[in-house]
Amino acid sequence: MDTNTALKTEFNDVAPRQQLESAVVRFAGDSGDGMQVTGGQFTLSAALAGNNLATFPDFPAEIRAPVGTTFGVSSFQINFGSRVIKTSGDEFDLLVAMNPAALFVELKGLKPGGVIIVDTGSFNARNLRKAGYLANPLEDGSLDGYRVIELDISQLTLDAVKEFGLTNKEALRCKNFWTLGYVFWMFANKRKETVDWLRQKFAKRPEIAEANVAALNAGHALGETSETADGFQGFAIPQKEHAEPGLYRTVMGSEAIAWGLVTGAKLAGLNLTFCSYPITPASSVLHTLSNMGEYNVSTFQAEDEIAAACAAIGASYAGSLGVTSSSGPGIALKGEAIGLAIGIEIPLIVLNTQRAGPSTGLPTKTEQSDLYQAVYGRNADSPLVVLAARSPADCFDVAIEAVRLATKYMTPVMLLSDGYIGNAAEPWLIPDIDALTPFPVQFRTDPEGFHPFVRNPETLARAWAIPGTPDLMHRIGGIEKDYDSGHISYDPDNHQKMTTVRAAKINGIARDIPEQSVEVGPDSGPIAVVGWGSTYGPINRAVSNLLDQGKTVSHIHLTHIWPLPANLGELLGQFDKILVPEMNTGQLLTVLRSEFLAPAKGINKVTGQPFKIRELELAITAEMEA
Amino acid sequence: MNVVTPPAKLTAKDFATDQEVRWCPGCGDYAILKGVQKTLADIGAVPEKTVFISGIGCAARFPYYMATYGFHTIHGRAPTFATGVKLANPELDVWVVSGDGDALSIGGNHLIHLLRRNVNLQFLLFNNEIYGLTKGQYSPTSRAGTRSPSTPMGSVDNPISATQLALAAGARFVARAVDSQQKHLPGVLVRAHAHIGTSFVEIFQNCIVYNDGVFSDFTAKDKIAGSQIAVEHGKPLTFGADSQMGLHIKPGAFEIEVVTIGEDGITEADILVHDETNKVLATLLAGMQGPAFPVAIGVLYCDPAPSYEQGIEAVKQRTPSKTGGDINALLRSGHTWQVD
Repeated sequence: MDTNTALKTEFNDVAPRQQLESAVVRFAGDSGDGMQVTGGQFTLSAALAGNNLATFPDFPAEIRAPVGTTFGVSSFQINFGSRVIKTSGDEFDLLVAMNPAALFVELKGLKPGGVIIVDTGSFNARNLRKAGYLANPLEDGSLDGYRVIELDISQLTLDAVKEFGLTNKEALRCKNFWTLGYVFWMFANKRKETVDWLRQKFAKRPEIAEANVAALNAGHALGETSETADGFQGFAIPQKEHAEPGLYRTVMGSEAIAWGLVTGAKLAGLNLTFCSYPITPASSVLHTLSNMGEYNVSTFQAEDEIAAACAAIGASYAGSLGVTSSSGPGIALKGEAIGLAIGIEIPLIVLNTQRAGPSTGLPTKTEQSDLYQAVYGRNADSPLVVLAARSPADCFDVAIEAVRLATKYMTPVMLLSDGYIGNAAEPWLIPDIDALTPFPVQFRTDPEGFHPFVRNPETLARAWAIPGTPDLMHRIGGIEKDYDSGHISYDPDNHQKMTTVRAAKINGIARDIPEQSVEVGPDSGPIAVVGWGSTYGPINRAVSNLLDQGKTVSHIHLTHIWPLPANLGELLGQFDKILVPEMNTGQLLTVLRSEFLAPAKGINKVTGQPFKIRELELAITAEMEA
Repeated sequence: MNVVTPPAKLTAKDFATDQEVRWCPGCGDYAILKGVQKTLADIGAVPEKTVFISGIGCAARFPYYMATYGFHTIHGRAPTFATGVKLANPELDVWVVSGDGDALSIGGNHLIHLLRRNVNLQFLLFNNEIYGLTKGQYSPTSRAGTRSPSTPMGSVDNPISATQLALAAGARFVARAVDSQQKHLPGVLVRAHAHIGTSFVEIFQNCIVYNDGVFSDFTAKDKIAGSQIAVEHGKPLTFGADSQMGLHIKPGAFEIEVVTIGEDGITEADILVHDETNKVLATLLAGMQGPAFPVAIGVLYCDPAPSYEQGIEAVKQRTPSKTGGDINALLRSGHTWQVD
């Protein structure tokens, strides 16, 4: 046997791997199978191998849903390769299904002829029944169109970790690392970083660390030494071609937002006070910031969403940069407080990591359906600034822009992210923050001519005078203030004037933001595809693919949702047709129609899943031919 | 050598703004405003370091009349704004002014969490047992059966006890005062200000328009002696014109009773001595109601514990620095790779 194995290894080393420009891998299993950790480690390894990549964690709202059920399936998708990766990918090249439920749920996303790895150890009658299979798909021929690699991962893992004396339950928990080892072999990825990570993670329980390392190595070894039924020898992904030189890391959207806020506060010369109440999928920003005291960050887990918003406003009132964070339902609760921040004209950043709604909706699934809420969702005429991040790394830049506008214009800024961006990761060329232009805040100290609503004639921002400043004691609040003195005023003409100036201040920001440019395609032509937020990747790839096919189409992507860029109306006027893909039922569409009377049409999807490139290509092509 | 001129001592008037006070003539709020302004002068408060924060309601107009920093916020949320202010600048001297509807109805949750966190500020609850600014509906402290525009046949809900709620929420300083008792009120406010942590003060305040005289059974001049007990730490809990009545632990029960010195063998030695660090006693005092019991005013409970700000600072001190606050180093920590 030993001789045989050695021979096979040699054979494997020379056998050709299947060449791919890029690959999409989907890990799927029970909520408790550790698929997110597995995906995270695979991402790290792919990034360190020099790949471009994008990820998509897709998990249920239940923390530990009942074992073996379809609604308990937790998945992690990664698209990686040598070409520029803009989305987490459409169809998968490889599906890892740790149980029948995972296969049942995810099979529809697999490419025809794609590879499936299944843990046969979990394909028992009970699990098949729970998944809804009437017959075993491994036996009934229903998988004939795919390449199925059947491995008894459960047993192989138990064998691999036998020597560490773990309980059966603990031993089976190493299954995901066994599987990861096997998938590493498939893509010729390195194991070292994962081994280091395991030893660090389980430093206090070295036997667990070593058992997982052994499982990882055993999975990898099996790939090297065994032969699959049809002689499949894994994939080969060439090294990435041209990336901008510099130091890179992977970054998740929630991290990039946290770091962008901290960097923005530093550029403004302010401390950051981050006030939040736990909510999926926004909590990770709170978690990231709560350990960042050394960067002049305070975090406050409030008793509710309202308290979080109000505490952030209180912090800004006292001279810090107040930030509050939530997802749609929580933002709704903060509405009255945001109105106060608009009325007293104080810097405030409101981060909304959007999720599918209404109400609780699909808490772990992504959607971009809070644009109306952001732009219009308050009582009275209460304008504020709305920005939207387009990708995990973009969150860093947009968070800094939010701080710049909030402090320069004394206004709340709504920063829109979503569940997809927040949890997804991508490689990031690490910026040098010393090279960024500071925008230091000047608190008012001069009592000459001071009242709390004395305005900068250019920006229309009011003076920011903070408690503790001698001779500037003043009172502000939600009651309308006199334009000329800042005292309470019930005067009708004054309210008209104050309403007008609040709107003019926000509208004037359009002069202080970049002109809207076209991402790809010509600056005028038959059709523009206009997007915002996390649809950037699929729209950009779909439009690029159509351009490659010789079609004439342009991609415009908005970061500044309110106010809109000053030239946007004119730019849209250069196109015969305007298509607006959104993961909602047409919210930016309404804004563009109402602001510019633009003849725009929507492409809309609210399945809780990002757009696929292919479906956008089809929709755009259909509109071009219509 | 520089000659430093000591700042002139400020008077109560120096804490008044030029704004016309807009409460109804005869409102108890005028007396409280006067008492607070006097207190600030007495304690040598620095106007620019003092912040008054309020929610919504008649009481919430208070900051407009104080020549300090002032923030009139939204209904019920003043504690949360105040917490944010203290997070950003713990050095500021913050006073929250609230009413019974603001603090105990729409903002009840925030009050609980302010108290359990023990944020270092003064919380003044003006309790008039009615909604004044919305024209007279019953409030969460209104007694059952209160007739009001929204309860023409009398209210059904039982009232909440502000001081018992505060004690249950973990307040470390709980006191009571009466708007019209100007000799007593400033002393309580001085104690509240000196206490580190949240100082909760319930002030019985007469709404002359919608609930006039609701407290008169213990605040009317001729009722004070017999139906109020002004508690003081270390002193016997006596009341009455000649201090002949007192509080006594009922033998064999977890109850207090009113006794008369010289009757039934009761001597001065049998009278309870106020211990403001005793939470059980404070809870009993807070629960006393007429006519069977006198209403307790003064500092019912004071047992300091570290404030929220002190706790935050302690955590900050023991959190190890990874990069010395260098954001560039933070962004470059963990796994990175170089592309040439």
